[in-house]
Amino acid sequence: MSILVNKNTRVVVQGITGKEGSFHATQCKAYGTKMVAGVTPGKAGQEVEGIPVFNTVADAVKKTDCDTSLIFVPPPFCADAILEAADAGVKLIICITEGIPVNDMVKVKRALHGRDVRLIGPNCPGVITVDEAKIGIMPGFIHKRGVVGVVSRSGTLTYEAVHQLSTLGLGETTCVGIGGDPVNGTGFVDVLPLFEKDPETQAVVMIGEIGGDAEEKAAEYIKQHVKKPVISFIAGITAPPGRRMGHAGAIISGGKGTATEKMKALESAGVRVVKNPAEIGHAVMKALGR
Amino acid sequence: MNVHEFQAKQLFAQFGVPVPRGKEITSPEGATAWANELNTSVFVVKAQIHAGGRGKAGGVKITKDKGTVAGLAKELIGKTLITHQTGPKGRKVHRLLLEEGANIAKELYLSILVDRDTGWPTFIASTEGGMEIEEVAEKTPEKIIKEAIDPAVGFQGHNGRNVAFALGLQTMEPAVINPFVQMLGNLYRLFMEKHAALVEINPLIITKEKTLVALDGKVSFDDNGIFKHDDVQKMRDLNEEDPLEIEATANNLNYVKLDGNIGCMVNGAGLAMATMDVIKLAGSEPANFLDVGGGATKETVAAGFRILLKDPNVKGIFINIFGGIVRCERIAHGVIEAAKEVKITVPLVVRLQGTNADEGRKLLAESGLKLEVADDLWEAAQKIVKLTGKAA
Repeated sequence: MSILVNKNTRVVVQGITGKEGSFHATQCKAYGTKMVAGVTPGKAGQEVEGIPVFNTVADAVKKTDCDTSLIFVPPPFCADAILEAADAGVKLIICITEGIPVNDMVKVKRALHGRDVRLIGPNCPGVITVDEAKIGIMPGFIHKRGVVGVVSRSGTLTYEAVHQLSTLGLGETTCVGIGGDPVNGTGFVDVLPLFEKDPETQAVVMIGEIGGDAEEKAAEYIKQHVKKPVISFIAGITAPPGRRMGHAGAIISGGKGTATEKMKALESAGVRVVKNPAEIGHAVMKALGR
Repeated sequence: MNVHEFQAKQLFAQFGVPVPRGKEITSPEGATAWANELNTSVFVVKAQIHAGGRGKAGGVKITKDKGTVAGLAKELIGKTLITHQTGPKGRKVHRLLLEEGANIAKELYLSILVDRDTGWPTFIASTEGGMEIEEVAEKTPEKIIKEAIDPAVGFQGHNGRNVAFALGLQTMEPAVINPFVQMLGNLYRLFMEKHAALVEINPLIITKEKTLVALDGKVSFDDNGIFKHDDVQKMRDLNEEDPLEIEATANNLNYVKLDGNIGCMVNGAGLAMATMDVIKLAGSEPANFLDVGGGATKETVAAGFRILLKDPNVKGIFINIFGGIVRCERIAHGVIEAAKEVKITVPLVVRLQGTNADEGRKLLAESGLKLEVADDLWEAAQKIVKLTGKAA
């Protein structure tokens, strides 16, 4: 078992003829993911690595039965791309694009509300279910099928944690990058119940960072609903207030959203919080009694 | 991106939000000319810097004597203001706002921003105008009024009335209720159309003449939305930014200067923050946040080196790269090439992990460069801290 995506997931890549889109579509296909369609308006009939290109997501859905979209469309057109996927009936939308204006995402999030569709991201590395489907930009080879679910606001920091889990022989089930933007489609509290229900996942690694209160909300949820061990690292304990640390959402504003506050909330919910990111893997070992 | 008060007020005026008559001033002569034109009973001279707390720091002067305006302008231009938001070095004043005074009957607080929890634009209002809103929220949370605006339909009259009556405008001054509701609608339009991250009026005043005036104004913009607005881009004031940060932006690097002495260069924002955190855990302090992005190349690494080495506090450099799509041997080549171009005068520790890490480490070890190579994050952090000594 796994969450969100598996070997039956059928993927359409929006923005497939762009540099990023074509490169990563190729990489995902090489990993074994069912990459069944691509979309670039006006380029129907072309192929990218044997993947047929369509003008619209609706066409792609009709012809290929794709159920998941992977988006590389540039920021100015990205809100439109997400809504196009939702309107075409795609059930899972994974948006990699970084730099979408927040107020565009405000409208997108509102438009998706109450509909039978899940958006992951934007500004995220994507989702991978190890040995089944890689739908994103993460390096596939660092993953190893195992027992740990990973959910994270960061990209390379997630690779760091995954590398530790794989090296220690623990391995991962599914890794979900929820992205570093202040307004995103899926939060920790949406992913945690999926891991809690997944029989293969024995522990969850949750990687947060400064800004917002997603970690505090997660702590509340974990306290009430999560029985599996959760191990967490929060990046940015040294970050100064009022400065945006790369990710649009990584900013301490009005004294709120500090790493210390988040760690405290998580610890009080029984989460094992590690201060040293190099210790994430070992903390999971300990939590699982290995 | 932040803008000055006078620029915020220009935007307010453009969107129909009432502001005092005022103008940006850069010289005492300009001050005299505008004071003559203003021809009012009270003149307010306000230093324009991107930081709050200007009043307490002596950056705001009020006079009834038109003849003294030029003198006040002369005093403020070039002065360095130290407020609780500028840091100990303070901020030099380059420009002023000279405007008419107002008869204050009541001060309110009003702002709009996106509530990250709901993803909806939300007004925040309080009767405690002129105070730090964080302090009000902390001490008297019942005095904070929140009104979320449904982005699907935008601002509606009832949103404005909800705030107006919650503030108690009906007892304070009923004449301002309708203008207040209209003002909130205008602020919502400004916020959404200009891709603002925050619009704040503190204080928003009710005058003795029963009108509303935005006496102060703060607008900051979503960096991801600025590309849509030429007028907003023109408002950027490089005097208010760190020169190294300006250079970094020009090279497409994400850099934030900090006060420690270990410079770090990392791919990815989360890992960059985590790297800063391990430096601290290892007993020192990071000199900066620097994310060279997913596609680190020889050019970006070289630009990163130049920026790090221009910071006189930097006593050592820690490069931490987790190769994913970017292969480590390419990063290693980048470091070697960049090190030839830029003379590296401080200890250097390079940690490579991920795709082709062994190959990358081998290249570095055989390069003849004076550097230490590491494969583990914690080991690398300890190495650079040891090489530079403990933080001062």
